[in-house]
Amino acid sequence: MELRAYIVRRVLLLIPVLFGVTVFIFGITMLFSPIERASLYVRSARQMSNLPLIIETYGLDRPFWEQYGTWVSQVFHGNLGWSTVVHMPVWDAIWSFLPATVELAIFATPIIILAGIFLGSQAAAHKDKAVDHLSRVAAIAGWSLPTFWLGLVLLMVFYGYFRGILPPDRLNHQMSIVVNSADFVRYTHINTLDAILNLNGPVLLDALRHLILPVTTLSIVSVAFIMRLMRSSMLESLGKGYILTARAKGLAERVVINKHARRNALIPVITVSGYVFAGLANGVVITETIFTFKGIGWWAAQAATRLDIASVLGFALFNAVLFVGVNLIVDILYTRVDPRVRLGGVMQ
Amino acid sequence: MTGWKFMVRQLARNPLSLAGIIIIFIFAIIAIFAPLIAPTPAGHGDPYLIPRDGYWATPQLPSEEHPFGTTEGQYDIFYGVIWGTRSAFRVGLVVIGIVVVIGIILGSLAGYLGGVIDEVIMRITDIFLAFPALILAMAIVTVMEPSLTSIMIALIVVSWPSYARLIRGDILQVREEDYIEASRGLGASNARVIIRHALPNAIYPTVIMASLDIGAVVLSAAALSFLGLGAPEGYADWGQLTSFARNWIVGPSADPLRYWFAVTIPGLFILFFVLGWNLLGDAFRDIFDPRLARR
Repeated sequence: MELRAYIVRRVLLLIPVLFGVTVFIFGITMLFSPIERASLYVRSARQMSNLPLIIETYGLDRPFWEQYGTWVSQVFHGNLGWSTVVHMPVWDAIWSFLPATVELAIFATPIIILAGIFLGSQAAAHKDKAVDHLSRVAAIAGWSLPTFWLGLVLLMVFYGYFRGILPPDRLNHQMSIVVNSADFVRYTHINTLDAILNLNGPVLLDALRHLILPVTTLSIVSVAFIMRLMRSSMLESLGKGYILTARAKGLAERVVINKHARRNALIPVITVSGYVFAGLANGVVITETIFTFKGIGWWAAQAATRLDIASVLGFALFNAVLFVGVNLIVDILYTRVDPRVRLGGVMQ
Repeated sequence: MTGWKFMVRQLARNPLSLAGIIIIFIFAIIAIFAPLIAPTPAGHGDPYLIPRDGYWATPQLPSEEHPFGTTEGQYDIFYGVIWGTRSAFRVGLVVIGIVVVIGIILGSLAGYLGGVIDEVIMRITDIFLAFPALILAMAIVTVMEPSLTSIMIALIVVSWPSYARLIRGDILQVREEDYIEASRGLGASNARVIIRHALPNAIYPTVIMASLDIGAVVLSAAALSFLGLGAPEGYADWGQLTSFARNWIVGPSADPLRYWFAVTIPGLFILFFVLGWNLLGDAFRDIFDPRLARR
């Protein structure tokens, strides 16, 4: 099967999944009465008197499938309801909080991938030596760590004991004034990137200082995961015939490991990038809350504790769509990286 | 069963898994004897609600009366972590127990019967697996009443699909084996073939995943109640106890680590509890996966 046909088939397969996801999310809202559901769209106390009108407009007293149809078409038009915690439409809230989260992901992802791959291949290359045992214990301890607790302990040490050397929030007071001033052009709302584009050194340094702890907290579990996976994948690859050939023709051990074993061992790591994405998505909710790093995770956690149902469901839907998309891209990349993968599972 | 004897012998031989067993054993003792270790004050009512010593905001340092100190709002940390052990066991064991049962039923139906039933069950799992788990759990808890039960329901909803898939895959593998053919040929019913022949041979990967997941489930539950979702205020729960320390990370400027006990102690209980299950799960994996053990 051609790659293009494969992609089309995979995209078509997404339709039932996305249909199910939306029915499920909508089904959750159906646990509430029409009046409660109408209040998800209410923007101010004044509008509370318009509840019957809202019920009428969105057809909230109609049969399930009719309501579902209205709801989905609203979602396609970007209307996910009103976020009461931040006083703006849910859709706008997602877009205004996303850059902060993207910034965390931009720093965390390369750390997870590079550290995980490096540590994992080191452990495999020194199997059953001290490095390997240490990495095993570190990995198990790593994914036993409650990340919210790790974040608090890091704050206690680096914000409390070391007198605010690594503080919470995204920028200190002075730098937020700079960033919000007229001279500072906000191209992306990603602080580090904007600072570079504005050639503003102090803002860049301050933004980086605020990123160290959240990025560490966010990466640690995924690093442990990738490290263990890389180790076993590397061990498998080291047992293959081509490694024997490479060693037999007298290549240096370093070349054998780096060029022959590691490249082939990377393939299974690519297949789990979906899991890493899910780990980041789950992780930002906790991490951003602890460090008051105001991204979508922080916003969703605020919404959840204050029963802002429209925001929580909008956030869940947004993440599901993103996650499904990431998995699609991973599957497509996988066929490019490993030509041995048979597309569509049909004999060619 | 020789398989189980072999497993126990292997577990006792590996120092890491032995450490895991000892940790879980200690926690089990704490949970069982909670009423003796941290007696509920007379006339207190529900023992799972942590007794308070006043309503003052500032956490109090460890003392004879409060061995681990108190949190903000004067909840006794020692009482909370001891009774919280029971909550942790309950969440971990109940969620994983129910999820394994659901997984076994749906997974073996899908794997063994195949066809439309398989297709329907697998498409439903696709829907649940389309969400990052903690985010879906958060959404479910938000729309339910604040209680530990809501957390457990949410975690069951997000966890069953992986088990159904795992068991389906394993059943598919053993379905074509000769001994299954043989018992079918002898006229055994579908239910009998699944329960007596297919499942016992396909269950090991599930045991590994379940033991690794007890830790993960307790972590997720703690994360949710740390966020303020689920357990009502004052319920003996490690995640919530940790969240009480959020305003007290930094002490007065002369003594910045003053409230270290409120920040660290509940988290250490979570860490060791989860560590115990993960050490055990890791050892299970080595034992059951001979492909890995040989290396």
